Amino acid sequence: MRTITPYDAIGEALAEEMRRDATVLAFGEGIATKRHDLVAEFGAARVRNTPLAEGIIAGTAAGAAATGLRPVVDLLFAPFLTFSMEEIVNSAGKLRFLSGGQFSFPMVAMAMTGAGWGVGAQHNHNVEAWFVHSPGLKVVMPSTAADFKGLMKSSIRDDNPVLFFLDVALLHTPGEVPDGDHLVPLGKAAIRRPGSDVTLVSYAKTVHGCVAAAETLAAEGISAEVVDLRSLKPWDEEAVLASVRKTGRLVVVHEASRTCGVGAEIAATVAEEAFASLRTPIVRLAGPDAPAASSWVLEQAFVPQADAIAEAARGAVARTLSLATA
Amino acid sequence: MSTSPAVPGPAAFLEQMMLIRAFEERSAASFAEGRSPGTCTCVGQEASAVGVVAALREDDLILTNHRSAGHLLARGADPGRLMAEIMGRSTGYCGGKSGTLHVSAKELGVILTSTIVGGELSLAPGVALSLSMKGSDAVVACFFGDGAACEGIFHEALNLAAVWKLPVLFVCENNEWQAFVHRRETMLTENIASRAAGYGIEGRTVDGNDAEAVFAAAAEAVERIRETKTPFLLETKTYRLRGHFEPDDQGYVDKDELATWRARDPIATLRSRLLSSGALTTGEAAAMDRRVAERLDAAFSFAAGSPWPSLDQLTTNVYA
Ligand SMILES: Cc1ncc(C[n+]2csc(CCOP(=O)(O)OP(=O)(O)O)c2C)c(N)n1
Ligand SMILES: [Mg+2]
Repeated sequence: MRTITPYDAIGEALAEEMRRDATVLAFGEGIATKRHDLVAEFGAARVRNTPLAEGIIAGTAAGAAATGLRPVVDLLFAPFLTFSMEEIVNSAGKLRFLSGGQFSFPMVAMAMTGAGWGVGAQHNHNVEAWFVHSPGLKVVMPSTAADFKGLMKSSIRDDNPVLFFLDVALLHTPGEVPDGDHLVPLGKAAIRRPGSDVTLVSYAKTVHGCVAAAETLAAEGISAEVVDLRSLKPWDEEAVLASVRKTGRLVVVHEASRTCGVGAEIAATVAEEAFASLRTPIVRLAGPDAPAASSWVLEQAFVPQADAIAEAARGAVARTLSLATA
Repeated sequence: MSTSPAVPGPAAFLEQMMLIRAFEERSAASFAEGRSPGTCTCVGQEASAVGVVAALREDDLILTNHRSAGHLLARGADPGRLMAEIMGRSTGYCGGKSGTLHVSAKELGVILTSTIVGGELSLAPGVALSLSMKGSDAVVACFFGDGAACEGIFHEALNLAAVWKLPVLFVCENNEWQAFVHRRETMLTENIASRAAGYGIEGRTVDGNDAEAVFAAAAEAVERIRETKTPFLLETKTYRLRGHFEPDDQGYVDKDELATWRARDPIATLRSRLLSSGALTTGEAAAMDRRVAERLDAAFSFAAGSPWPSLDQLTTNVYA
């Protein structure tokens, strides 16, 4: 076990996968400059800087993926994905289907997002749900250094296009990463803290808010289970449903705006599949339907914080009690 | 390394073009009869398709746009499977999932038909990157229209291919129209090939209605690409003699412009040239007509008699 930042964990994942598979390559606007250790080991043909042109970066990844390579592209900040939308959504996501299965698109598109750097809405926009809603794509958004590495390695090995979102608030905070060939499967949630009274489902930075809230709640005698989705498509329905069937209460938490966010899908699925287990209405705690501001106080206010999560969980538990005594 | 393609004779070009024309007319008729969706035909542009494709080796790859039937047939696609794809049948190249607008055929090296204008431009550099990283000297031919040359991705694709030295033959089939907008309304210059200079690559404009001229220019361009490892922008000046898609009566087209280009029909011109020079006898021409008609009859009955896809195909091939 070593303690490294998620940024370095991504670097290790890239290096290890490039070492084991000669078809893996990485390109983007400055990746060869920032990760010069990769250039030193693998050469300029496999680690490339690109022109400032997000459409063709993603399109080139798709074309290369269709014909035998496994590209990883760095698209910098998530809002820049709007310039790559055509290539990711219409080509990478659809052409396997439209070709009747003749081609596959093993590629990874990375993008940073989230509150933490005060960069405002044109650099900070949690757009993961757009891609969850698009067929043929997979979407991951890790919360720990170990998962950044393990999910990146699995994403590179996956035969489908994967959107890999990097929460900037987590990117440079060191965490433990297991030694060796550490793989985290796509589509598997992690239970960050077991509990029996209420389920907190989240991903990326708000997982840490959920864990902090669970600690506070424990001191009050409320036992919260924290489920870290890690993968948003496919997402681990089984883990979420099992937890809700146990606790009977669900609070879904994410930084992305509430309307049609990932939380809406989770809430709907739980209502469809585990309605009988619910002892209280599902609660969604999410960012507002507004662009993210730059100002530190506004940026932080956008994100569901531990206090608000604890309050929502308390509310859910209290509401059940009042229903029971009504 | 595969060998370079043999130089096809003009009679071979003529027969290929006739097959493409007849295929497109059948597909338009099939639409009119309500048997298949409307297509974007390449009627009038056959010389550009056969000339460029003939200049490619078997291991060269193709990406194309919504007017792709000519490119596919010139590449040797089975007209029956192509028609079946258009008709949405399970025996089509993509099992009926692509229809006319997204046909790909891996076995022919046709990676993509893009109906997103410019989609072919976005993928072509990556396909070329794969070839060059494998150490192959094959090239990628990327067909697009004058309208696609107005998309931002045109610039991104040519610039990236140029700076990364990717083996792409960019073929702009400039047919004067961009759906219902004339090219004159969207660009101030006459030619698109002149833009090549801005990317530091070579470009050339050729008469796109003369199959032999197109072939010669494409063969030279492909040779330059293999030699210099630099992309090339070839512009074939041609004209869409049918509407943008079916149905489209071309009521918006200037009558004189249409008449001028009808007089330059690539098939009629070549046929009468070969007949008057004695390179083709009337008997041989009639035999060509018969062969083309027979192939298309067989293709159409194969397609029409093919089964529909089973409904479980609705959600297959979404993920690998
Ligand atoms: C991104 C996009 N914009 C618009 C369209 C609608 N459309 C389809 S073909 C076409 C014209 C394309 O013109 P050009 O590239 O010159 O090709 P041509 O049809 O003339 O062969 C348009 C506007 C589309 N399919 N995709
Ligand atoms: Mg055009």
